[in-house]
Amino acid sequence: MARLAGIDLPKNKRGVIGLTYIFGIGRSKAAEILDLAGIDHETKVMEWTDENIKFIAKMLQDDLKVEGELRSEIQTNIKRLMDIGSYRGIRHRKGLPLRGQGTKNNARTRKGKRKTVANKKKATK
Amino acid sequence: MARSLRKGPYVTHTLLDKVMAAKASTKKTVIKTWSRSSMIIPDMVGTTIAVHNGKTFIPVFVTENMVGHKLGEFSPTRTFKGHGGNRK
Repeated sequence: MARLAGIDLPKNKRGVIGLTYIFGIGRSKAAEILDLAGIDHETKVMEWTDENIKFIAKMLQDDLKVEGELRSEIQTNIKRLMDIGSYRGIRHRKGLPLRGQGTKNNARTRKGKRKTVANKKKATK
Repeated sequence: MARSLRKGPYVTHTLLDKVMAAKASTKKTVIKTWSRSSMIIPDMVGTTIAVHNGKTFIPVFVTENMVGHKLGEFSPTRTFKGHGGNRK
């Protein structure tokens, strides 16, 4: 069983996929790590040797920002934007899209579930 | 796309001159500018720059955290006061 970066233990998946369960590691980063560790991408996580795991754990420690550390970095970046009162910070505060997208329709990822407005006037034909 | 590093940050000449003049004199003056696309450079930290938003000048006190952003980011061009029925 592999336990890396805290809570993550994906088991009978291929190495490349297993690593992506860690927040901050996607497909390309996972491939990079495995290449450096000299592990075949197809090897299942459960088949890794202890040295393999140790190597990866060390890499995650030293070279990469993952999980909590990465999350807090993102949060401080957002907080910085909000504190200096920039446009993007204001959009963060209001929960609206930051990059110039329209908000007349859609934008549901940022705005969340639709809130129905009571007594909204229907357009008269 | 990111701007080529060779060119350095974009700041209009007139604004740059005004910032340098303001730094040279000890008096605190507000620098008016229309150049929203100028980047905030370390020299501007501590000055107050009034950035035009198309209608009025919004005074922006430049702090260290703002370096690297554009002046226009701190001077919103739109006003939204909420929809009519939002009283409750």
